[in-house]
Amino acid sequence: MSNHLELKKGLDIPLGGAAALKVHKTVKSGTIALKPTDFKGLVPRLLVKEGDAVLAGSPVYASKTDERILFTSPVSGVVEKIIRGEKRKLLAITVKADDVQKYADFPAQAPASADEFKNLLLNSGLWPCLVQRPYGVMANPDSSPKAIFISAFSTAPLAPDTEFTLGDRTKEIQAAVNALAHLAPVHISVKEEKSAFAKLENATIHVVKGKHPAGNVGVQISHISPILKGQTVWTVSLMHAAAIGRLILTGKVDMSRKVAVTGPLAPTAAYVETLPGEPVAELAAIPREVRVIGGDVLSGENLGRENWLGFFQDQITLVNEGTEREILGWAKPFRFNLHSSSMCYFSWLQKMFVPGKTFDMDTNLHGGPRAFVETKCFEDVTPMDIFPIYLIKACLAGDIDKMEKFGIYEVLPEDLALCDYVDPSKNDIQAIIQGGIDLMIKEMA
Amino acid sequence: MADENVKPGLFEKGGKLYWLHSSIDAFDTFLRVPGTVTRKGAHVRDAIDLKRVMIMVVIALVPAALFGMYNVGLQTSLTYGLGWGFFQMFWYGLLRMLPLFVVSYVVGLAIEFGSAQIRGEEVNEGYLVTGFLIPLIVPVDVPLWMLALAVAFSVIFVKEVFGGTGMNIWNPALVARAFLFFSYPSSMSGSSVWVSKTWVPALKGVDAVSAATPLAIAHDGGMAALSDAGYSFWDMFWGFIPGSTGETCVVAILLGAFILVWTGVASWKIMVSSVAGALLVGWLGNIGGATELPCYYQLVMGGFLFGSVFMATDPVTAAQTETGKWIYGFLIGALAVVVRLWNPGYMEGMMLAILLMNTFAPLIDHCVVTAHINRRLKKAQKA
Repeated sequence: MSNHLELKKGLDIPLGGAAALKVHKTVKSGTIALKPTDFKGLVPRLLVKEGDAVLAGSPVYASKTDERILFTSPVSGVVEKIIRGEKRKLLAITVKADDVQKYADFPAQAPASADEFKNLLLNSGLWPCLVQRPYGVMANPDSSPKAIFISAFSTAPLAPDTEFTLGDRTKEIQAAVNALAHLAPVHISVKEEKSAFAKLENATIHVVKGKHPAGNVGVQISHISPILKGQTVWTVSLMHAAAIGRLILTGKVDMSRKVAVTGPLAPTAAYVETLPGEPVAELAAIPREVRVIGGDVLSGENLGRENWLGFFQDQITLVNEGTEREILGWAKPFRFNLHSSSMCYFSWLQKMFVPGKTFDMDTNLHGGPRAFVETKCFEDVTPMDIFPIYLIKACLAGDIDKMEKFGIYEVLPEDLALCDYVDPSKNDIQAIIQGGIDLMIKEMA
Repeated sequence: MADENVKPGLFEKGGKLYWLHSSIDAFDTFLRVPGTVTRKGAHVRDAIDLKRVMIMVVIALVPAALFGMYNVGLQTSLTYGLGWGFFQMFWYGLLRMLPLFVVSYVVGLAIEFGSAQIRGEEVNEGYLVTGFLIPLIVPVDVPLWMLALAVAFSVIFVKEVFGGTGMNIWNPALVARAFLFFSYPSSMSGSSVWVSKTWVPALKGVDAVSAATPLAIAHDGGMAALSDAGYSFWDMFWGFIPGSTGETCVVAILLGAFILVWTGVASWKIMVSSVAGALLVGWLGNIGGATELPCYYQLVMGGFLFGSVFMATDPVTAAQTETGKWIYGFLIGALAVVVRLWNPGYMEGMMLAILLMNTFAPLIDHCVVTAHINRRLKKAQKA
C-alpha cells in the first residue's frame, strides 16, 4: 500500500559538484574518533581510559542522564587519546584501529519483542540512531512514540543518492524495519514507486514528490502525521536503519557507509567507503582556503580541516570561502556566476537557456544583515502548514505559548534551512529556530 | 570612501573615527559587496539582498517619474498657452522635480545616517525608495522647506523611533504627504497647486490660473463638469491631467506594477484586491446614486493606482499573511472610494485608506493566523 504526496513549495539549489555514482576509494586511515558533540544535548560519561583495548561495538562512553545509553567504538583497537576542550568538555576520543578488526558479539537473530530490541540497540551503541521529534534530540528509551519515520531519500543540495548507497542493502533495512515495527508503526517515504525501498514490507510506504525539503523527514511527518503537544515521533536515517539491520543479521556493529564527497571544490566528487570518525582530510584532498562541511551546504556542520566525519554524516561538501568583494555587485544587471531564486536577478533566464546549469557557490553572505522585510519568500520554500515568519518571530521573542501554536513541535532547523538561503535580510533563521527549540527543552524539562 | 583609501585603524574598532563606522560601512558596502562569510546556518546564500530589492522598486518607479516630469511641463504649457515642444516640457519638468528629489534625499538620508550612527548599526536601504516616492506624490510647486520638514517628520517619527526600516507601522512616504496635507492644506490641495509656473520667465507677474484635478472636478460637478473641462477617460488613462507628479499616467504605473510583480518584490494580491475593492464600491456608489461616474473611473483618477501599486504593497507595512493581503488590499480599495464618494470636503481617499489599513494590518494578520492555528489543531486531532 502506498500513499502519494506532492509538495508544490520548495527550492532545489543548483550547486555544482555532484558526486559521481561510483565508489572512488575505501578510506581506512588507522585512527578514528568518537565525538560526543555529534549528539545534541548529550552529557557524556567516559567509560575508557587511554591505552584501553576496545572491540568494534564495545562501549566507550555513556549518557550521564541515562546510563543505559551506550556509545560504542566503530573499530577494534586501542584508545589513543582523550581530547578535551574548555572546562574539560569531552570533545573526542580517538581509537587506533587494529589491522584485523575484531567485533563484539551480539545475538544474530531477529529480536522477538520491543524490550529485546531496545536492549540490543542500547548495548550495541545504535540506540543514538533514533532521533525524537519534537526537538531533534536522542530518543528516550522509556517513551513510546506514536510512529517511526524513515525518509528513504534526501533532496538536500548534492545529497547522496540513497538508491546508489543503500539500494543493495534492502535486506538489512527490511530486518531493521521488522524490528522497529515492534516499537511503533513504521512509515517510509520514497521518492518514486520504482525505488528499491518502495518494496519494503511491514511499513507504510509514502511516495513523496517535490523539491527540497520534500526529502526532509520533518516535512513528511507534518503532512502524514502532525505532532501534537505531548506526542513524540521517532526518526531513523536510512543509513542507520541499514546498520541496525546488519547488526540483527550478523551480530556485528558495522557502521561502514558510502560517503558522498561533493561540492564545487571537491577534487574528486564521488563516493568513498568509510566509517564515521575517519579524519575528513583522509576522505578528500582539501585544497587551500576551503570550508569543509559535514553534511549538505544548508544544514551541515562546519567541520574545519582537522576534524572527523560525524555519526550522522554521509556527505561532506567542500566550498570556497567567499571573502572576495565584488564591486557594485548588487547594482549589476547581470551576475552570471551567482544563483538567486529571486526574480530580481536573471537566474531564471539562465535556467531557461541552460537547463541543469549549476553554480560554484561560495560562503559569501552577499549582503548585510537587516530587519525582516520580505515574508513571502519564506513561505515559498516551506512546504509545511505553518507560517514561518510568525514561528521565527515567536522564537526570537522567546514566547513559548506562541511557539507551540506556530508549530515548533514539527520543525527542526533543517526544515527551515531554505529560509536562511533565500532571505534578502540575511538573518540566520536556523540559529533562531534552534534557539527556540533549546528554550522549549529548558522550559519543558 | 572605499576602505583602501582609509588608513587602517582610523575607522576600525578602537580607531579614532570608529564612531563614524555606520556611515563608512554604508558607503563601503554601497560600492562593494561585503566580504562577510556565513557563520551560522546555511553555508551558501542567495545573491539577493535588500539593496537589490530596493533598487528594483526604484526602477519600477522610473517610468512614472519620467512621465511625470514630461507632464509637469505639459500642464504648464497647456494652462498658460506656451506652446512648448516635447523636450522643452520634459526639460522644464526635470528642472522642477530635481530640487524636490535633492531635498528629499539629502534630508532623509542625513537623518538615516545619523540614526544609524546612534544605534551603531548599518545604514538601511529603505530610504532609497521612500526618498524617490515622496517627490512623486506631492504637488510640484510645494515649497522646499515644507518638503524638508515633512521628510524629517516622517523619517524620525514614523521610522527611526520604531527602529528603522522593517520596524515601521506606517508607510513613511505617505505619512510625509499626510503631514503636509494637514499642516499646510493650502499648498497641498485646491485648484492652484498642480500647475507650476515658477521658473518660467515669460510668466512672471501673470496670475496663477486654476487647474483642478479631474478628481476634484468630478467631485464637485460630476460627469458634466468633467467633460466641460475636457477630460476624457483616455486623457486620465494616459495621464495628460493635473495631479501629483507620479500619479497621473496609468500606463507608466502599470509598467512599474509589472516590474514589481514579476520580480516578486510587491504582492499582486494586494494590487488586484484593492482594484476589486475600488470597483465594487465605485459600482455600488454608481447604482446607488452617490456618483455619476462609472466605477472604472475611480481607478484612473487621482492617486488610486499609484497608491495601490507602490504604497499599499510596501512589504513592511502591509499584511504579512497571504490571506491577510487579500483582505488588506480589498479594504484599502473599498475605503478609498468610500471616502471619495461620501465625504463632502476631501476628495482623495487613497492616502488615508492606506494609512488606516497600515494600522489595521497586524490585526488582520492576527485574525488570519488565529483562524489558521485553530484549523490546524482540528486537522491534527483528526489525523
